[in-house]
Amino acid sequence: MIRALFAVILALVAVPLAAQDTMPPAPYAYNQLDDPRLEAEAAALMHTLRCLKCQSQSIADSDAPMAGDMRHQVRSRIQAGESPEAIRAWLIARYGDYVSYNPTVSASTWPLFAIPVLLILIVAAVLLRRLGKRRSDTEDAA
Amino acid sequence: MIAEIGLAALWLAAALAVLQMVSGGFALRSAAGEVNPLSIYARPAAVVQAFLAVLAFMMLLWAFAVSDLSIKLVANNSHSMKPFIYKLSGTWGNHEGSMLLWVGVLALSGGLLAAFERRLPERTMGATLAVQGFVALGFYAFLLLSSNPFERLPVPAIEGVGLNPLLQDIGLAIHPPTLYAGYVGLSVAFSLAMGALLTNQVNPAFARVMRPWVLGAWVLLTLGITAGSYWAYYELGWGGWWFWDPVENASLMPWLAATALMHSVAVLAARDALRTWTIMLGVLAFSMSMLGTFLVRSGVLTSVHAFAVDPERGAFILGLLGLYIGGAFTIFALRAGAVAEGKRFAVSSREGALVFNNVMLSAILAIVLLGTLYPLVTEAFDVRVSVGPPYFNPAAAIFAIPMFLVMAVGPLLRWKEDKPARLQFEVSLIAAVLISAIALVSFVGDIPFLPLLGLGLAAALAVAAVLPLRGRKLARVPVATWGMVLAHFGVAVSLFGMACEGAFTQERLAAVAPGGTEQVGDFSVTLQSVSPVAGPNWTAIEARMAVSRAGGEPVMLAPQARNFWSPAQATSESALLTRWDGQLYVVMGNQAEDGRWQIRVWWKPFVTFIWYGGILIALGGMLAVAGRVRVDVKRRAAVKMGDARRADLEALNPAPVPAE
Repeated sequence: MIRALFAVILALVAVPLAAQDTMPPAPYAYNQLDDPRLEAEAAALMHTLRCLKCQSQSIADSDAPMAGDMRHQVRSRIQAGESPEAIRAWLIARYGDYVSYNPTVSASTWPLFAIPVLLILIVAAVLLRRLGKRRSDTEDAA
Repeated sequence: MIAEIGLAALWLAAALAVLQMVSGGFALRSAAGEVNPLSIYARPAAVVQAFLAVLAFMMLLWAFAVSDLSIKLVANNSHSMKPFIYKLSGTWGNHEGSMLLWVGVLALSGGLLAAFERRLPERTMGATLAVQGFVALGFYAFLLLSSNPFERLPVPAIEGVGLNPLLQDIGLAIHPPTLYAGYVGLSVAFSLAMGALLTNQVNPAFARVMRPWVLGAWVLLTLGITAGSYWAYYELGWGGWWFWDPVENASLMPWLAATALMHSVAVLAARDALRTWTIMLGVLAFSMSMLGTFLVRSGVLTSVHAFAVDPERGAFILGLLGLYIGGAFTIFALRAGAVAEGKRFAVSSREGALVFNNVMLSAILAIVLLGTLYPLVTEAFDVRVSVGPPYFNPAAAIFAIPMFLVMAVGPLLRWKEDKPARLQFEVSLIAAVLISAIALVSFVGDIPFLPLLGLGLAAALAVAAVLPLRGRKLARVPVATWGMVLAHFGVAVSLFGMACEGAFTQERLAAVAPGGTEQVGDFSVTLQSVSPVAGPNWTAIEARMAVSRAGGEPVMLAPQARNFWSPAQATSESALLTRWDGQLYVVMGNQAEDGRWQIRVWWKPFVTFIWYGGILIALGGMLAVAGRVRVDVKRRAAVKMGDARRADLEALNPAPVPAE
């Protein structure tokens, strides 16, 4: 509860900060969290979020100001005790599925998961046909 | 004049491609053993066409070298103040120029094939050259009709626009030409596969002709991808070496197909098995090359590499793609039934292991293809999704892990049939290394699952790679076998680098005042001074940092934040300190309001092994080519000597005249 309250306060503080368009709107854009465990959590999350202003880069790989702002958001929310998946959900709610490099099963992404499963079946079938048959042939021949 | 010579050469080359196609086609209409009088033009047409296409490319290179600003392409992409090497490499740092390079290499490889390949039956050769001419014709049409590199400006420009600063790097001189040569080398494999399919000549002799082309293309693709990965790593300034970016995937897919094809061709050459597989993979590999070209060149992706955005061109390449891939698979479907099945083999045989791994490689290819194309498909329906490392890594690993396990044992198996019991010692050794490496590493620290498995597999593969040499006289091992050992060892080295980078990288981002020190790993990095510097077409802020490891002698590093003025763009030039056990990666950022400077420092243990591994893999491929060529030359010399001796004998003892 206190954590959630703290997060709300922090978010309120962060919004006006981000609104100023001058140099350091986002202190955590280029600075790490002090706690290495939290920083590792944030880094892992940042590597799976797309920089919306860039071309195929994650926010952890970009110099774009927007990526910096997003890094700041991620780090400060992690600092405030939010779970990485909650932050991802928040960003998806704000920017759409496009922001996350980690597609989850949904109406628009199910083929991404159905096709590999199908692929495993096809691979098994091809291998059985190509290799399984050979054995019976050689046994016949023997 | 230069541009006009280039353009004329391109049109003439296109006309010769038509001649090559038609004349090659007539070879199909000749009876076995006879030569159709109209089929004799295919070879000379291919050779002259190669000369003309290369000439056209040289003319463009010349125009860029002298910064001829009356040519639209040069004015749009070059600048008189650019360093000379980037003027030259800028020739292919744009859409038209890179397509001309593509076509030039295509024509050159076709010309080499036509000039030097004498082992194939003339009918097969004719069909092959016809297909090669047909492919070339499509790309000439694309260049001449929609992307003429030699277009003149009505009024010459006073100054050029310049080249994207990210491309102003030695990487541009190496990465695209190598990769393109690899892409296009696969065109020869494709044409040969189609030629053999059309004339029903899918046999070991054909495989031996195809093998050096596949190996060569594969070596070039390996080098091109390795160079590209290292370039992205040091140029983009964030220490990432593989982003699963669609453009990277576009180069990975032909490589995966070529890897499978190379192994399949080896089986066909040695054992006369896997005939239809080889043909299918040959078609697939070049299809992936063309798909890659389409993805990059059409502008359907907007990514770091895609500098062309023009829907008309996209539609043109898509049409070509549909024509060639669709046509090839149609012919394959119609003719594959006529190809007799090759020799048979048991599951536990070297062929069996190779089939297993080819299926796995194809499955990884399918995953990469799916993940690359799916976002494009949904985008057409206005749904935007992103597919990135969290998807590709585990999905590819499902197939890669069994592949690596089989790869460890496969080369130890005998051809045709083998008893697994014979390999008891080797298999238990590999398993022991795998398990103890994983146990040891997980004891050291808490490491994510995939890097942990990667470290274990790397150790097991490194041991397994040299096992085929056990109990053999090293001096008598064939060169090609050394190639295989080296390439497989390279895979282990590369995998080790990737896993270490994933598991042990340490990062430090901080704002530092001059004189301040930051610690990363056992390195301490002291920012000594920040000063402005200027280059030929940029100005920069350069930091001087003293880096010392565990209190040792400090080394100076000088990362820069550069501002190019034509075109105006900022880049960060990272500074690297390479040690045998890794790299320290330092980047200079902006100045904060309080006057401190942002710096980013990474210690990446063994990251260099990723690219060392790539180089080892390519070297292995080169050894394999050299070994095969040497054996082939020896065999030809022996056959010649035998023939000469037989002729001598016949001359001495004339055969008795048969009675009437």
